[in-house]
Amino acid sequence: MASGKAIEPMHQFEINKIVELKLFGTDISFTNASLWMLIALAVISLITVYGSRQRAMVPGRLQSLAEVSYEFVANTLTGVTGREGMQFFPFVFSLFMFVFAANLLGMIPGSFTVTSQIIVTAAFALLVMGIVVVAGVMKHGSHFFGLFVPSGVPVPILLLMVPIEIISFLSRPVSLSLRLFGNMLAGHIVLKAFGGLAVMLLGAGAWAVIAPLPLLMAVAVTALEFLVAFLQAYVFTILTCVYLNDALHPGH
Amino acid sequence: MRFVLVTLIATLPALPALAAGAEGGGHRFPPFDSSTYASQLFWLVLTFGALYALMSRVALPRIGSVLEERRETIEGALRAASAAQKEAEEQAAALEASLAKARANAQSIAGEARDKSAKEIDAQRASVEKDLATKLAAAEARIAETKAKAMGNVEGIAKDAVSAIVEQLGGKATDAAVAKAISAAQG
Repeated sequence: MASGKAIEPMHQFEINKIVELKLFGTDISFTNASLWMLIALAVISLITVYGSRQRAMVPGRLQSLAEVSYEFVANTLTGVTGREGMQFFPFVFSLFMFVFAANLLGMIPGSFTVTSQIIVTAAFALLVMGIVVVAGVMKHGSHFFGLFVPSGVPVPILLLMVPIEIISFLSRPVSLSLRLFGNMLAGHIVLKAFGGLAVMLLGAGAWAVIAPLPLLMAVAVTALEFLVAFLQAYVFTILTCVYLNDALHPGH
Repeated sequence: MRFVLVTLIATLPALPALAAGAEGGGHRFPPFDSSTYASQLFWLVLTFGALYALMSRVALPRIGSVLEERRETIEGALRAASAAQKEAEEQAAALEASLAKARANAQSIAGEARDKSAKEIDAQRASVEKDLATKLAAAEARIAETKAKAMGNVEGIAKDAVSAIVEQLGGKATDAAVAKAISAAQG
């Protein structure tokens, strides 16, 4: 019989302490979330650091993977911000790889999806916006805030436009974090719901006949989720590039 | 879209309150459980910081240099290949030119040889013809002489024959009459 826990779709997002730790009274326990962050770090390091150790002229498998990732992120970044955006390349690359790795690792049954936690996506989004503001102010000084003042607009309309631009800017980290969080969360809930439904139907006598239907759906949604895992990492990265472009070239 | 986001911003400060409020219930929505935030942030900063350090210090410079090196190698090889091709084309052109020169040379040599041999043949033919002409003239002179001598002999024989025939017929032929008859017969 399917237990209540097996079809509890929220169970997969629960954070369980593995090693309890405290720092100045704050709970910093090593949890399953921490574990999967470390695994993501390990996987990325395996590909990029270990994979490129030979610096081969003709790359092997891991090195090819590392090079493809490098060129993909570099092309995305320079495509949006131009050559000067390459100063942010290590950050954008780390961000893409971490989010992509976390999304994909979340597809392993029984694993934990780091990016399905709003605190993680919010931290990334705030980090991006923080870098945008700091880099923008450092590069252009107060001129950076011209971002909020569209050029060639009459003053009465500016009174309306400037608040809208400011709200738009402030809403960026929210949309950035919620998009990734929502996609990861919803995808895994749907997966779990279909999987749980299949199990439930199997245990419900004659209804077991239609149990394959939700199973087929679960398979289809799994395929979709792999696409979403990549797409959301890409969207997060390209939006980061767009926002960084504002820091490099403020003004419309 | 913007209004949705504005609403979400407005509710953002309320999230911890929501999470705290949910704490009372049996089922709490795990992503909004603020008691896990500190630990998640701590480990995120740790792992992402380590990742950033590894990427910016080790992996990316290394991969970048490998890609750069490969691009330079490929460009160098392409440059060398195009230089080699140019050189080959130049050599082919030089070969073509020397072939054409040799051909012209051979033609002029052949022409010269032809002219020279034609001249020699002409000279030989001229001398042979001259030789033949003198021989012919000599032969003709000899023939004419022989003919004249033979004609003289014929006249003598005819006289003898005529006088003999006339005697047999019982006549008597004078030398003058015989000579007159022969010259009449000769026309």
